[in-house]
Amino acid sequence: MTYSKCRVCRQPAIIDLPRHNANFCAEHLLQLCRRQVEKAIHDHEMLATDDKILVAVSGGKDSLAVWDILIELGYQADGLYIGLGIGEYSDVSLDYAQTFADERGLQLITIDLRGEYGYDVPTAAKVTKRVPCSACGLSKRHLFDKAALDGGYDVVVTGHNLDDEAAVLFGNTLRWDIEYLARQYPVLPARDGFPKKVKPLIRLTEREMAAWCIVRGIDYQVEECPMALGNKHLAYKAALNAIERQSPGSKSAFYLNFVDKMAPLLAGLNQAAAGDLRDCETCGAPTTGEVCAFCRLQERVSGNHPVPVELVLNKKARKAYLAAQAVGE
Amino acid sequence: MIVRLRQPKREITVDGAHTVNQLLDQLDLNRESFLVIRNGTLVPGDGRLQPDDTIEVRPVISGG
Repeated sequence: MTYSKCRVCRQPAIIDLPRHNANFCAEHLLQLCRRQVEKAIHDHEMLATDDKILVAVSGGKDSLAVWDILIELGYQADGLYIGLGIGEYSDVSLDYAQTFADERGLQLITIDLRGEYGYDVPTAAKVTKRVPCSACGLSKRHLFDKAALDGGYDVVVTGHNLDDEAAVLFGNTLRWDIEYLARQYPVLPARDGFPKKVKPLIRLTEREMAAWCIVRGIDYQVEECPMALGNKHLAYKAALNAIERQSPGSKSAFYLNFVDKMAPLLAGLNQAAAGDLRDCETCGAPTTGEVCAFCRLQERVSGNHPVPVELVLNKKARKAYLAAQAVGE
Repeated sequence: MIVRLRQPKREITVDGAHTVNQLLDQLDLNRESFLVIRNGTLVPGDGRLQPDDTIEVRPVISGG
């Protein structure tokens, strides 16, 4: 038995959203999510109705939800999945992404990092002695850019949500990293060999995106990436959710007011930092050096024997990973 | 009631929680970071739970 009622229709609610001081039934939760995406797209001129869109798909809730919403709203959008070689986690994630695409008759392009570029994320982390998320992010950014330009796409869509952006903003603010703060905007225009990139989920939380998937019957990778366990991003999210619990609406105020009030003041700094690009001597991608960071990583790491996931995890993450393996996840 | 948790996957038995919010409080979980599912359907914070329910408590936070 449920007591709370949907704010819109007064039917039994399925979710409470304290930041809206309201409860919603399934139908009106979906309506809320669609409207928030439409508002983000409109306010920031993210997409045109005839744009050819490439969605960065991980098999997780956010990327599948944004792809689903864009198709519902009438956009033409293909997906791109990059196999990062993170053991069984990557295999299962691809299954979710491929199943989603197949069930809806959508096109999913797949790139296998080890098969096509000779390395994977665990091996890159081991060889470079840097955190895995560093090589992962660098590889994904380069390959999404390349695929978009090669495929003639107008824009790359990513599933970054309000929690993701608030956590990044929190980290940048803790360090007062002005260069990164100046770059943190939900639209990056196309320039100098980079495709346009947009984040239509900036007005929706992770909890709302997970709810979207559950209501829509979308199966997704629920488990956390083993390489991300214990990272700073998760710690920032936990801190923000602790504040949100005490003061609903804090997360959206923190990030969306930054976008409205602070980002315009920093825009000039962003343009000043964007100069002096030239073509990578190896692949032709835009870079500030002679060879781009992706090609330098590939040159350094490819050819190394694959490193198992558990060998590049910190002690806490390894314990969690091995526990998950023991119960067959 | 039986409660299915993730990361790692496991099942525990919980007694004494009559609502979703009481269950999350008892497990010391932040309501912002989890959803509760019963028979494939979301249950809101004040949704009543029964002793013979099987409940999934699903984390929604991802670090990638």
